[in-house]
Amino acid sequence: MTTITLETLSKEFDDVVAVNGIDLTVRDGEFLVVVGPSGCGKSTTLRLLAGLETPTDGEIRMDSRDVTGAEPKDRNVAMVFQNYALYPHMTGRRNITFGMNAAGSFTDEEIDRRVAKAAETLDIADLLDRKPQAMSGGERQRVALGRAIVRDPDAFLMDEPLSNLDAKLRIQMRAELTRLHAELGTTTVYVTHDQTEAMTLGERVVVMDDGRIQQVDPPQALYDFPTNRFVAEFIGDPAMNMIDVELEGGAAVHDAFRIPLPAGSAEGETGAGTEPLADPDAGGRRHAVLGIRPEDLHLARERPDLGETTFDATVEVTEPLGDSLLVHCSIGNETVKMGAEPRSSLEPGGAVSVGYDPERLHLFDPETGEAFYHSATATAPADRAEPVVTD
Amino acid sequence: MTGAIQYAKRRFESARAALGRGAGTETTESTADLGAAGVHVQLWLLAGLVLFPILVAVVVSTKQQGIVTSLPDLLPGTYAVENYREAIVDYGFARFMWNSLLMSVVVVVGKLVVSVLAAVAIVYYRVPYKDLVFLFVLFTLLLPVPVRFVPLFQLMNDLGWSNSLLAITVPYIASATTVFILRQHFLSIPTSIVETAKLDGVGPLKFTLRVLVPMSRGVLVGVSIIMFVYAWNQYLWPLVIIDSEANQVAQVGLQLLQGDVQGGQLSWSLVMAGSVLTLLPPLALMILFRKPLLETFAIQQK
Repeated sequence: MTTITLETLSKEFDDVVAVNGIDLTVRDGEFLVVVGPSGCGKSTTLRLLAGLETPTDGEIRMDSRDVTGAEPKDRNVAMVFQNYALYPHMTGRRNITFGMNAAGSFTDEEIDRRVAKAAETLDIADLLDRKPQAMSGGERQRVALGRAIVRDPDAFLMDEPLSNLDAKLRIQMRAELTRLHAELGTTTVYVTHDQTEAMTLGERVVVMDDGRIQQVDPPQALYDFPTNRFVAEFIGDPAMNMIDVELEGGAAVHDAFRIPLPAGSAEGETGAGTEPLADPDAGGRRHAVLGIRPEDLHLARERPDLGETTFDATVEVTEPLGDSLLVHCSIGNETVKMGAEPRSSLEPGGAVSVGYDPERLHLFDPETGEAFYHSATATAPADRAEPVVTD
Repeated sequence: MTGAIQYAKRRFESARAALGRGAGTETTESTADLGAAGVHVQLWLLAGLVLFPILVAVVVSTKQQGIVTSLPDLLPGTYAVENYREAIVDYGFARFMWNSLLMSVVVVVGKLVVSVLAAVAIVYYRVPYKDLVFLFVLFTLLLPVPVRFVPLFQLMNDLGWSNSLLAITVPYIASATTVFILRQHFLSIPTSIVETAKLDGVGPLKFTLRVLVPMSRGVLVGVSIIMFVYAWNQYLWPLVIIDSEANQVAQVGLQLLQGDVQGGQLSWSLVMAGSVLTLLPPLALMILFRKPLLETFAIQQK
């Protein structure tokens, strides 16, 4: 049970800045997922935590202990790797106990007892006498997890542990990791590039890009209230539509449409994540980027309850996803994606009338990419208890 | 040899493909068999070509005189036991073989220990100018032992090692080739394995002995065989530095057999008996460890 604190942590490789001064607190017993595109510094952050890399600057503390310069073995953390990193010449049992023997702080009975317990937890009793060669990918990952949990470490560090598994197994292991964490309650930092994995596993999710933390929030907050364009476009599949608009009199104006922004905001709403919109009286037409998720756009005929405001679009391509139909359509000169009911008959080139969910609009600053308006906060600020952490 | 086999294989494949294109289903099989037979004939011919001198040596070693002037002379004689006994007991060939074995084993073990440690240092430790050091190690390949004979001879004399086991083993213990092969192999081991060990607090020595060496078993065996054969076949250096018969090795010992002229005539049968004996230990090793050897040095088709 450990709280891990990172303070202005940086890591430079020659002239490349991999991690650029991040501050982060991993709460005691939390399952924290770090997500981001390749090269965003998420793996480096994890390796800094493990002690496999030495930070260029900054501090790492576990509880109150400063471990910044500590050797990996003195940190009492266990790491699970993408390629499992099992010793190929050892049986499952030997793989699990090898590190414990090295640590030297366990008696033989203690080791036996712990292996038996881990085997039971992970259901790997029948794998203990097999070599990794004779195990499937999922079984290997289980043994690797077993190796991590027997030592009863202060924290688990997982570096894309599910990436080498096939899709079905990955979903199964995902559920199992959640169960395991509920059972053990050990502080866990989990790195992945897969946003679905991040959303499903994390109690809180850290989105990283370019060596910096973009946002730290629970998954739903991350999805509903992205702090900037990067987070908005990275989280969610298919990605959020971004449309250049002008703000004018409390509405987002585009050549092809005019969307009134729900009230509250224009009158100087100061809730977290929002800023006052440009005041029309000051003569301020303001450029902005309007973000709408594909699932918040609908064919007007499917959702008449969403209100009167609709705009016209031309269907370009349709992609049936089974449970829904993804429609690429053009509005003016913009291409947007939208969700439609499955089995809708839409012909490419056809005109459709599109409605939107007024509670799911986001506005971003075109220069900085920062979000300054979420219509959900504007209409019902009380819904959102937790402030957005933007460090 | 391998080249020839590869060539034959290719021929076989292409022949098969050609046949498959032309003929109907029924004839394909029989002609394919014919093609296979043709390949086997070729292979036997090639193998025979390589084996012929050795077979002659074996045959001659069973004869009284061992002069071959016509084909009937290539029938096995009845002096086998007598010849081998004479070589081993009377000419002290057992002694030479023992010396050779000792030398080879010491060289192989020494090479492995030094090379594994060197490769571990080069791959896993942060040493300043590591690549330069490795390059320097590779540079020693440009200076094989025969080039260094004169200074080496001087050095051995100064150390008082001449005419001893030390003189024929120590100069061979460092091996750039082995370091190179092991380095390449260690580099192919995923770093996460090393990192797991680090996190578990497995020390460098324990990691080397319990993880690296077992994971490199195939490579180590393969390299050992090659190095053993290389050491076993040393001729010039032992000839130069060893001057007592008791410490001499088998390859030079052969020459001693040859030097013993009986009544103005070379006893070829004795020389061949010695040669066959010298051939046996490397052959036995090759047969015993052919699998790891092939795994180590086979070119993998991807």
